[in-house]
Amino acid sequence: MQVVFEQIINGLTIGSFYALIALGYSMVYGVLKLINFAHGDFFTLGSYLGYTLLVFGSAFITTHFGLWGGMVAAMLMAAMCLAFIGVLVERAAYRPIYPAGRLPAVVSALGASIVLQNAIMVIWGPRYQAYPAKLIPNIHLNIWGINITVLQIVILVLSFVLMGILYYIIQKTVFGAAIRATALDKDTASLMGINFNKVIFFIFTLGPALGAMTGVMVGMYYRQISFTMGWNYGLKAFTATILGGIGNLPGAMFGGLILGVLEMLGAAYISAAWKDVFVFMILILVLIFRPNGLFGEKIAEKV
Amino acid sequence: MAPLLIIDDLQIHYGAIEALKGISLYLDEGEIVAVLGANGAGKTTLINAISGLLPISSGNVTLEGNRLNGIPPYEIVQKGISQSPEGRKVFSTLTVDENLNLGAYTQRKKKQEVGDAKERVFSLFPILRERRRQLSGTLSGGEQQMLAIGRALMSSPRLLLLDEPSLGLAPILVNHIFGIIREINSQGTSILLVEQNAHKALSLAHKGYVLENGVISTSGSSSELKSNRKIQEAYLGGSALKRKGNQTT
Ligand SMILES: Nc1ncnc2c1ncn2[C@@H]1O[C@H](COP(=O)(O)OP(=O)(O)OP(=O)(O)O)[C@@H](O)[C@H]1O
Ligand SMILES: [Mg+2]
Repeated sequence: MQVVFEQIINGLTIGSFYALIALGYSMVYGVLKLINFAHGDFFTLGSYLGYTLLVFGSAFITTHFGLWGGMVAAMLMAAMCLAFIGVLVERAAYRPIYPAGRLPAVVSALGASIVLQNAIMVIWGPRYQAYPAKLIPNIHLNIWGINITVLQIVILVLSFVLMGILYYIIQKTVFGAAIRATALDKDTASLMGINFNKVIFFIFTLGPALGAMTGVMVGMYYRQISFTMGWNYGLKAFTATILGGIGNLPGAMFGGLILGVLEMLGAAYISAAWKDVFVFMILILVLIFRPNGLFGEKIAEKV
Repeated sequence: MAPLLIIDDLQIHYGAIEALKGISLYLDEGEIVAVLGANGAGKTTLINAISGLLPISSGNVTLEGNRLNGIPPYEIVQKGISQSPEGRKVFSTLTVDENLNLGAYTQRKKKQEVGDAKERVFSLFPILRERRRQLSGTLSGGEQQMLAIGRALMSSPRLLLLDEPSLGLAPILVNHIFGIIREINSQGTSILLVEQNAHKALSLAHKGYVLENGVISTSGSSSELKSNRKIQEAYLGGSALKRKGNQTT
């Protein structure tokens, strides 16, 4: 029984990574109908930037802020850098292509992804990098026989807080309604006084920033990062996006969490080696039976 | 007094297609002006050009002497012009309340004004108050039309553009909505009313323009237009029924 609970907690942890990355895909798709392939690489880049800050600032950070301070500092810095880079990529790679249609934009997104991934490889090298172990809090807890680390709890809490904040902005504020309206009908949204470019700016700062913070958390959790990890996480997060119904933000969050838990249970009870197969089988089943996602709803326009 | 809105020799193209071929019209403060015309005449094109959704090839749109050419739609709202688009275009997966709040998006910092505007909309359309938490896609067609007009009123515009508010509605509902349009006007909002339902539109408007294939073929006061033989044949009376059957939008 402990194993089940442990796997559920592990699943929720990686699921919250998927969820946070999925939000970036979903926001961009919702507004631009574009699959932003570079998003997985925003995540990787954030992870490497956090790594660099921790490596070079380790003595300073640990003496002044403690271990958790180091983690928060790395996350914030990575988030700020990626917010900037996200907007830059949108301006350079996507905005000039919009008039050409959706397919060229997808190709451009693939190109942006390859450029970012190679840039990371050139800067940090092709080998795995390890987050400095002495800067990672390592406290194990045993609650009712269930093994869990404090880091895991912190990651879960932080992820849920971040998701909660995003959920609040998107679902409860007027600006969030403006984003949802723009996703539904850009022209009519502009008639309301909504500036499309501001909406784009917002999603290309927030999405990459969330991705970057996730990258730092993944580095802390697994301790190893590689320049290709954006593909793997990106693909999983994208699966989560589809599970939840693409463009549906609460759906993307639940999709990520469900996927993480299923993956971990599959790894424990079916086969660890086949866990990715398991995940993509779910994707295919969803695409066949619920193409609008598990929570996808369609409200017919009444004319 | 100078007119509120002046359209001067306006030309609009969709690629190579010339949809408006140099039309001129004006609207005085406090007026309801009807623009009539059959399918494809260019009515929606005119409204969208005023709202800034379409690039102007040549000619001018001016509001109180200020040229609006080239101003993006999200700034046109701030100038005091709002639109209730053809086919309602409510944000279907947003609630009625959220739709109304977006109508006041440019005023969102002024909580008091937004609250007052919403009260005004609710007093014009009490059903919207009852439905405020409902997703707007689940409203009936008539309710969606009320929401579209209410949403456009939320920015407290000086000029309201209405694109075929009678489209697809039962006659009794059309009467109801037109009564409310009159009330909105009597509260001080000028209205440019685009309609295929010429009879109804002229019963409400002070004056009207008839648009045919991108040019204005006739104009005059409502009573002049109603008694014009050509207009009677083309837009009033028997042929109106035939047009209804042909509606594609
Ligand atoms: N996006 C577009 N691309 C190309 N042509 C267009 C476009 N929109 C409208 N047109 C053309 O411009 C002309 C005017 O269209 P418009 O929609 O303004 O007519 P309308 O008077 O509003 O008609 P309806 O009563 O059917 O709404 C039509 O010939 C139409 O085919
Ligand atoms: Mg039209």
